Amino acid sequence: MRASRSGNIWQNVDWITIGLFLVLVFFGWLNIYGASYTFDQTSIFDFSNRAGKQFTWIMGSLIMGIVLLLIDYKTYDVLAYIAYGAMLLLLLATPFLAHDIKGSLSWISLGPVNLQPAEFAKCVVALAVAKYMGRYEYKLRTWRDLIVPFALIGVPALIIMILQKETGSALVFAAFLLVFYRQGMSGYVLWIGVAAVALFIISIRFGAVPLPLGSGSVGILSCMLLLTAVEIFFICKEHRMRWQALILVGSVVAIYGICLLLSIWFTMPFDWISMGVVIALVLYNVFVSLYWRKYMLLLVALFTLFCIGYTHACDFAFTRVLQPHQRIRIEVLLGMKEDPAGAGYNVNQARIAIGSGRFLGKGYLNGTQTKLQFVPEQDTDFIFCTVGEEWGFVGSIGVLLVYLFFILRLIEIAERQRNTTTQIYAYAVASIFLFHLTINVGMVLGLLPVIGIPLPFFSYGGSSLWGFTLLLFILLRLDAARMEQLR
Amino acid sequence: MINDQFYRRRYVISGIAIGIVLVYIIRLFYLQVIDQSTKDQADNNALVKQTIYPSRGLIYDRNGELLVFNQPIYEITMTMRDMDKDWDTITFCQCLQITRAEFDERIAEIKDRRKNRGYSRWTPQVFMSQLKKEDIAPLQEFLSMFPGIQIQKRTLRDYTYKAAAHVLGSVGEVSQSDIDRDDYYARGDYSGRDGLERTYEAQLRGEKGVEVLMRDSRGRMQGSYQDGELDRTAKAGTDLYTTLDIRLQLLAEELLSGKIGSAVAIEPKTGEILALASNPGWNPKVLVGKERSKNYDILLKDPTKPLYNRATQATYSPGSTFKTIQALVCLHEKGITPNTVYPCSGPGSSPIKCTHHHGSPVTLENAIEQSCNPYFWCAFRDVLQKDGYGKDNEDFRKRYETWRNDVMSFGLGQKFTDTDLGDQSSGSIPSTRFYDRYYGKTGWKAITIRSLSIGQGEILVTPIQLANQAATIANDGYYITPHLNKNDSMLNHRHQLDIEHEYFDILKAGMHRVMVYGTGRHYAIDSLHMAGKTGTVQNPHGRDHAIFIGFAPVEDPQIAVAVVVENAGFGATWASPVATMMIEQYLTGEVKRKDLRKRIGESVLNASVKKW
Repeated sequence: MRASRSGNIWQNVDWITIGLFLVLVFFGWLNIYGASYTFDQTSIFDFSNRAGKQFTWIMGSLIMGIVLLLIDYKTYDVLAYIAYGAMLLLLLATPFLAHDIKGSLSWISLGPVNLQPAEFAKCVVALAVAKYMGRYEYKLRTWRDLIVPFALIGVPALIIMILQKETGSALVFAAFLLVFYRQGMSGYVLWIGVAAVALFIISIRFGAVPLPLGSGSVGILSCMLLLTAVEIFFICKEHRMRWQALILVGSVVAIYGICLLLSIWFTMPFDWISMGVVIALVLYNVFVSLYWRKYMLLLVALFTLFCIGYTHACDFAFTRVLQPHQRIRIEVLLGMKEDPAGAGYNVNQARIAIGSGRFLGKGYLNGTQTKLQFVPEQDTDFIFCTVGEEWGFVGSIGVLLVYLFFILRLIEIAERQRNTTTQIYAYAVASIFLFHLTINVGMVLGLLPVIGIPLPFFSYGGSSLWGFTLLLFILLRLDAARMEQLR
Repeated sequence: MINDQFYRRRYVISGIAIGIVLVYIIRLFYLQVIDQSTKDQADNNALVKQTIYPSRGLIYDRNGELLVFNQPIYEITMTMRDMDKDWDTITFCQCLQITRAEFDERIAEIKDRRKNRGYSRWTPQVFMSQLKKEDIAPLQEFLSMFPGIQIQKRTLRDYTYKAAAHVLGSVGEVSQSDIDRDDYYARGDYSGRDGLERTYEAQLRGEKGVEVLMRDSRGRMQGSYQDGELDRTAKAGTDLYTTLDIRLQLLAEELLSGKIGSAVAIEPKTGEILALASNPGWNPKVLVGKERSKNYDILLKDPTKPLYNRATQATYSPGSTFKTIQALVCLHEKGITPNTVYPCSGPGSSPIKCTHHHGSPVTLENAIEQSCNPYFWCAFRDVLQKDGYGKDNEDFRKRYETWRNDVMSFGLGQKFTDTDLGDQSSGSIPSTRFYDRYYGKTGWKAITIRSLSIGQGEILVTPIQLANQAATIANDGYYITPHLNKNDSMLNHRHQLDIEHEYFDILKAGMHRVMVYGTGRHYAIDSLHMAGKTGTVQNPHGRDHAIFIGFAPVEDPQIAVAVVVENAGFGATWASPVATMMIEQYLTGEVKRKDLRKRIGESVLNASVKKW
């Protein structure tokens, strides 16, 4: 769409995004009606039921969207820090004003409705981060340049996690890593994240599985082998080694071969041996780095050593730091525990609901799993079950593809900005939606542990709908103004 | 943006988004297209198949008298969740005539998950079961006062008469092997365990219906699934009309009481069993409902074996009643002619003594009338030795085999296979091989097996076979397989004998003389032309068994009877009064000999026979 230079917002606004937004909201609303449908059901507009209430939230959100588009775009930039400060105060105050809803202290009662400030915090934080990183004099060159942005997302995240006990809402701020990445943060950070998750899963899942030969656990050995591979990769890459690589790999294989042979007669402590191999490689790396004066590689050595410690700390973190309900969710996910009546109940019933929808679904309002309330939270966090059961495979991938198109459209919007602030804000919006989609659908599909965050525009609830509306329509307003601001 | 060195990272970020959605689509494909298990799991969650039990077919006698029917019983269920504060426990207890303590105890039992594993506050739990209509009537009146209480109707078998327990059989809970064999049954279902209930199970049980209901996650019912598209109504069982004449059956059981024995009556022309009594038996009402297993156990442990249907399962040597067969077979095999006479020296006869005093020589008719042992020995011998013994005893053995086949053509020594009788014994007419094994091929002659000539020794028959034998004689040489369902198709099961028609006239004349001049004369009735033959069967285990076979009227037989009274003594004393009174009852509709009826019915020959 060609953006007009004239100030008419209705010509400049991105109608494709608005269209996708309306599709998602409307289809979500239909599914809330389906999920809360029982036999003596009244009209979809009956305000005493969930779908009727959601209708009022949707109307509110549309009005909010129009208002947001009518406000001068500069207002958002001007208010960014003020709003951020106010939001921090609100988040701090929330636990004291809130009453306990399912163990969470994140809801404030305003007359007949409950509001969750954390849902609105995402937008405010995104604006503040965008404003900070979009300043002309800001350049992301070293780690030091990321301290302030990290603080901007870390403080509200910690408040939400520790004071409000809403781990899920806090984790959303991790989405900003993608924004930083786009702005120039090292790609290794993403890999470190992947490595941390992989090491955690391997060491928890297989930490207690003994090796068939010798002593030690499958978990530790696998982690160490992974680190060995990482270390060899970096040594060879950074030192431009080719034939030496063969020597390194050969000697590692030889060591393990000898140990295997020896294990016929002796009980070999394989976890210690594998750790020794990794440390030897680290020492070699340090030596080569100092010799060739490639100090960056010392970081890799440091990271590897950290990972060794991390691997051993995982178990501690898992048993001591995580709360029992979180621990059991992970154990169920990793298949270490079968508990279809207890912790695994939601996930199992969600799987049954989605699976029984088959290819074309049972038809709208015909889902037995949802209609008969077998899936808890089926109109909020587990709303995707209703889609899977009543609309089948076709409907489910349809919804996923609309979301994908929506997120790719946001990235497209981000990339066409001339103003860095708007671009950063746009990436923040895209990343937050992607994070919500990933975690929520991954949880419902049984691929990720149960983390209670809503599916944007689908899950029942005013706070989340309005929070996402705020996030999206500020972006649309800023985008509509992109031709007015030249830098 | 200008100079954006990280421009290409947009593709990495887009790639991550596309990759995640792709992984989720693959996962959805697995869950919704490949994995087939979840469909059933969802159905198991949500759908409850409620069985609707059909009412079991009724059983009638040959005159349309109702013998077996269904009695409604009631059970009271309660759904704890629906019981509110205003629930008036005291009135409830008064309605059911239980005390408050009993009520509390029962509630505690229901809620105890160790005793009641399926307990749920949301689903109906059985509070009291097997209640009569009058027990629940007061509660029914005030039912609306007690939310959560439901009265459910079920059925049990009930019986009009305390009779024919062996024939009718009983209904009980199915065993695991029944469930494995026939997938119609589910745990807790009832099926016919024995007698007609078992034989006609498929007809009587009808067809179960099903109602598919939806249940929510808390176990509450939420109406029918797909507007009842999958529901099926129950089909009631088909009623069964039996061949029994209940008056005759009642009389037979009355006359046998206090004795061990059995009585069978058959309508000769149709093979329809008019009465099939075996004593000791039981009152069919005791094998129903709550009491069934306790009473079944008592019956099982009773040393007089009441569960054993002596009419079809007990085997006896036929004794002198066998002389009727012997007469026909010997005539047929030309061992004797209607004019053949043999001398008899009374008790001095050899090798078999005669137990009666009569003139000598005797004709066949007289021999039947006087039950002359030497006559039948001589006739038997002459049949078997007609061609001499031959090389290696071959000709004799061939003759024996022919004789045996003739005897078996009366249905003796084998089970009736084309019938609806329950458990039967085959009895035995010893085969050539049996004696070959015993004595060697050349080691046995007519003299060796002389006991057979008078129905003693190795020959064994059941009372139903005896009755069928009487019917065959009455029919002049054919029988229809004895059966219990009143169904004309059984007329096709006609078995024609090779024995010549005129020989039956001679035998019948002899059997009529038995009732006029011979052993049966004491209990004959002038107005009824009966034919009969008594038997007193030696028995290694105690007193002789009394046996009688007969039919009447001689000119156009309507009923054939066989009666066996174990360890009673003379057949003429114990078996023939029972048989003649049964004939009298059947032909005239009443027993005029009230004193005789009373004497026989009340005399106890075996004190350990229990009366139910």
